[in-house]
Amino acid sequence: MAEHRFGVEAGPRGFRFSRAFPFQAPGKALREKRPSAAASFATHHLTLSFLSAVALCGAWEWAGLVPISPAFPTFSETMAALWSISADGSLAGAFAVTLQPLALGLVISMVLGVGLGVAMGLSPKTEWLASPIFIVAQSAPLAALIPLIVFAYGIGLTSKTIVVCIMAMPVIVLNSFAAVRHTPKSLIEMGESFLATRSKVITRIILPAASPVIFAGLRLGCASGFIGAVLGELLITPTGVGDLITYSRSIADYPTMYAAILSIMAFCVLFIEVLGRIEVTIFRPEKRASS
Amino acid sequence: MTALAHQFFADPSPVTDCAVSVLDVGKIYAEAVTALEHINVDFPRGQLTSLLGPSGCGKTTLLKIIAGLLPASSGEVFVNDRPVAGPGPERAFVFQDFALMPWANVLRNVAFGLEMRGIAKSEREQIARGYIDQVGLAGFEARYPHELSGGMRQRVGLARALAVNAEVLLMDEPFSAVDEQTRRKFQEDLLSLIAREKKTFIFVTHSIEEAVYVSDRIVLLSPRPGRIAQIIEPAIERGGDPDAIRRHPVYLDTVDAIWQSLKTYLE
Repeated sequence: MAEHRFGVEAGPRGFRFSRAFPFQAPGKALREKRPSAAASFATHHLTLSFLSAVALCGAWEWAGLVPISPAFPTFSETMAALWSISADGSLAGAFAVTLQPLALGLVISMVLGVGLGVAMGLSPKTEWLASPIFIVAQSAPLAALIPLIVFAYGIGLTSKTIVVCIMAMPVIVLNSFAAVRHTPKSLIEMGESFLATRSKVITRIILPAASPVIFAGLRLGCASGFIGAVLGELLITPTGVGDLITYSRSIADYPTMYAAILSIMAFCVLFIEVLGRIEVTIFRPEKRASS
Repeated sequence: MTALAHQFFADPSPVTDCAVSVLDVGKIYAEAVTALEHINVDFPRGQLTSLLGPSGCGKTTLLKIIAGLLPASSGEVFVNDRPVAGPGPERAFVFQDFALMPWANVLRNVAFGLEMRGIAKSEREQIARGYIDQVGLAGFEARYPHELSGGMRQRVGLARALAVNAEVLLMDEPFSAVDEQTRRKFQEDLLSLIAREKKTFIFVTHSIEEAVYVSDRIVLLSPRPGRIAQIIEPAIERGGDPDAIRRHPVYLDTVDAIWQSLKTYLE
């Protein structure tokens, strides 16, 4: 079977005959266009992504040179600052601090969020009990609520973790809920008719069917969680990456400030990419087979 | 019911050995919609009985009640003289939309019913391979549903139902989501399957031609509320050339008579 697994070329014979179908538009032979090597390199997705990144960095460089604001550094200045804060260890130190509330908040949000969302999807009673909280939380003006959280939980790790959770959890819960609720009915009936118990229907059918949307929620939620972590450090007490941003701004070291912002964004993108890889590796064997 | 239909069809022969019997079943949905009313019908063992009727006649509802997927509002269903309280090992279902798990390959999909019955992996995969071969999908065991055509997907659904070796196969418009050419091939394959497997088939369809082509008995349902309008036994010899059936005068007359009868329920 190994030769069947990869590559669309080995596809079922049934699909083939449409290509050789003899009736075609008169006078014009329909032929699949074979792009040249240069054209296929130019339209390759990596090339295009690289071009997009180059265009963005180029625009940034140009905007910094104009300059649109004295507080807006060029791309190259920012990169130099990124290099220097990486080299002197201040970036790593800042990340070590920021990662504490972030990791804690994300783990809580992911575990509790998916659990609660799935429970809501499976039982209407849990849905009625929990969904108003998260629908409200989703639209909560977080910056306005932060003083309240500080009054209740102080300025330490607890408050910052709560901010991460408030940002990350609603979208994770609501996505997991919708994913479970929208499991195709015929798949559930299929499970029942082949004598699957309720727990087998949940683990073998509902959860795998819901996993793409659950993971979409996890990716969105984690991205919000990163924003929450920085927001907490900017609005509660400056620590970690938030401190790096605040401090460099206060001494008008804008390249370092932008370098800190860029680094947390890059870290977030990387994290979400890893999450996507985990999803495909563990839960979507059919995506691996077709790619 | 038209006079023509009455003249054309002889009364159905009494069922002596029934695998499934439906006793005064009614189904009312929550919105006070009566889907089925006073359904009494026996399904003879080892034969294919079609439930035929226009949309809204409750044929799929009746099939799902027999499958134990839907509770009846009144009446009872017996399979081998035991009342139905839910899905059971003696019944297997073939779904209109195939209901394949997209994350599982053909082998796992076909072996699903055996997996739920707690059969060891090596044994269930061996059984599944046998049925995959039988439905003509050998070599596709490691493929995923999205890599298959509609017809091939339904072959997987059929193999899954056959793999659990149930006495009664319940088929809910199994060929309606595949193209016409594939459907004809399926109908021919179904005839040889019936001849080979000696199972009881209950087959829901909205196609008159399909029902007459494959059925030993046709239960004609009328819509709103779903009731049994008529039971027909097309007297067509099914041995030999499967294409000859479509030219058989009894086939053509039966199709026409059912159409005349169903016409009255439209509009």
